Amino acid sequence: MPGIEATLLLLVVLTSFLALGTGRLSTCIRAVALQGLLLGLLPVTLQAGWSVHGVALAAGTIAVKGVLLPRFLFWAIREASIRREVEPRVGFVASLLLGAIALAVSFAIAGRLPLPERSGDLLVPVALATVMMGLVVLTTRRKAINQVVGYLMLENGIYLFGLTQAERVPFLVEVGVLLDIFVAVFVMGIVVFHINREFDSLDATRLDALIE
Amino acid sequence: MTPSSVATLGLVLLAAPALPGIAGRTKSFLTGRRGAPVLQLYRDLAKLARKGAVLSETTTAVFRAAPLVGLLTSLLAALLLPFDGRSPVAGFSGDLLLFAGLLALGRFVLVLAALDTGSSFEGMGASREAGFAAFTEPALFLCLLALVLATGELSLGGILGTPLAVAWSAGGPPLVMVGIALFIILLAEGSRVPVDDPATHLELTMIHEVMVLDHSGPDLGLILYGGALKLAVFAALVVGVMVPRTGVSAPVSAAILLAGLVVVAVVVGLVESVMARLRLDRVPQLLVAASALAAFAAILLLR
Repeated sequence: MPGIEATLLLLVVLTSFLALGTGRLSTCIRAVALQGLLLGLLPVTLQAGWSVHGVALAAGTIAVKGVLLPRFLFWAIREASIRREVEPRVGFVASLLLGAIALAVSFAIAGRLPLPERSGDLLVPVALATVMMGLVVLTTRRKAINQVVGYLMLENGIYLFGLTQAERVPFLVEVGVLLDIFVAVFVMGIVVFHINREFDSLDATRLDALIE
Repeated sequence: MTPSSVATLGLVLLAAPALPGIAGRTKSFLTGRRGAPVLQLYRDLAKLARKGAVLSETTTAVFRAAPLVGLLTSLLAALLLPFDGRSPVAGFSGDLLLFAGLLALGRFVLVLAALDTGSSFEGMGASREAGFAAFTEPALFLCLLALVLATGELSLGGILGTPLAVAWSAGGPPLVMVGIALFIILLAEGSRVPVDDPATHLELTMIHEVMVLDHSGPDLGLILYGGALKLAVFAALVVGVMVPRTGVSAPVSAAILLAGLVVVAVVVGLVESVMARLRLDRVPQLLVAASALAAFAAILLLR
């Protein structure tokens, strides 16, 4: 197994843990930004030679996931003047434990998945773990902006999974996916903004009380 | 048991009290103060050895025995570590569990002594120490598990020798994670920032310090030395994991170990300078993070 690739994948998992365990919203966003950066570097190290496809994908991923979206989230925090603390519904310790369990489960089932090819031993389990940890963040945090972070993590996991098939997925599809995420986060940002204006807070649970 | 292992153990026993001094010196250097001399703890120990001890009337034999037993547990744990990178003074297959158990026993007797005083402050410190230990111990065991999986050996002497060097060449990242997790455990076990603050002077915020408030004279000296030795043992463990020393002569190996101990002490001082102590309810979070890190390393090595 090439060392750089494995190290990058391990760092991806560690950034997921950071996003799960931190109490600060800004650290959470930085963790996801770092994760996006690592994901951008991955296809370059994964493929044997330099190709236009790989480099363009890397540059696009880094630009969108590592720079654009985190900036947008920071902007949203500033504009909506959100308190800078993560408000978890499940405690940090429990989140970390859930993350560890998700990791163990994904390593356990990754070997049994009937995949057409096994490109990289670590790639599949790390992708599954990132999806699951993203799901944990998505479901256990109160703040809408934090849920967006969870969505991004989940999306990062799916992207990692896509990397196993990088040679087969056409370039246009991947660019389309990137664009989709960008638009989705943009829409979420606007929703966040409206929640904030309506309730003076970003607590998504308040939406439960909306009854006609 | 080899002459070189005994000699290195003696060296570590001698050097242990310098580690808190180095950490403190680093901190004072970075904050622009002059700070206490590196060898201050030696002087303190010499001073305390000459003094008499004041014993509270409410205390029993438990209180008097605790400092000595505490030091002995650290000492016995030190016997199991191969300081010279080859063989420990004593060791057998499965001595990992004895290592963890001895450290737990040391903590247990100190907690008992703190409860024995009947002071409410000491009881509070004892409960915190025991509470954090509940998070430290799983992390330590997961680290040891990862090391066992990496090397296939069941004794500390076996793990920290040649098999570890082989494991490093097979794949470094999991071992780096184990090293980081062990360092966090070191911070917790050595009662350093961000878990505990050795320089605090308020009983309400103390953890380790408040447990030993009632000890005085030679007893306090034993506790201080035991604490320094425990720090040295963990630092040696971290150094042993991060820098496998095979294929070097015994003196070189000992020199690497001592340099490593100094580096660890400096890093402890660095951590202490750049971050404040964590809020009490955030400490378990850090320790669980260390557990998660070690568990991740173990999962990676399991495949």
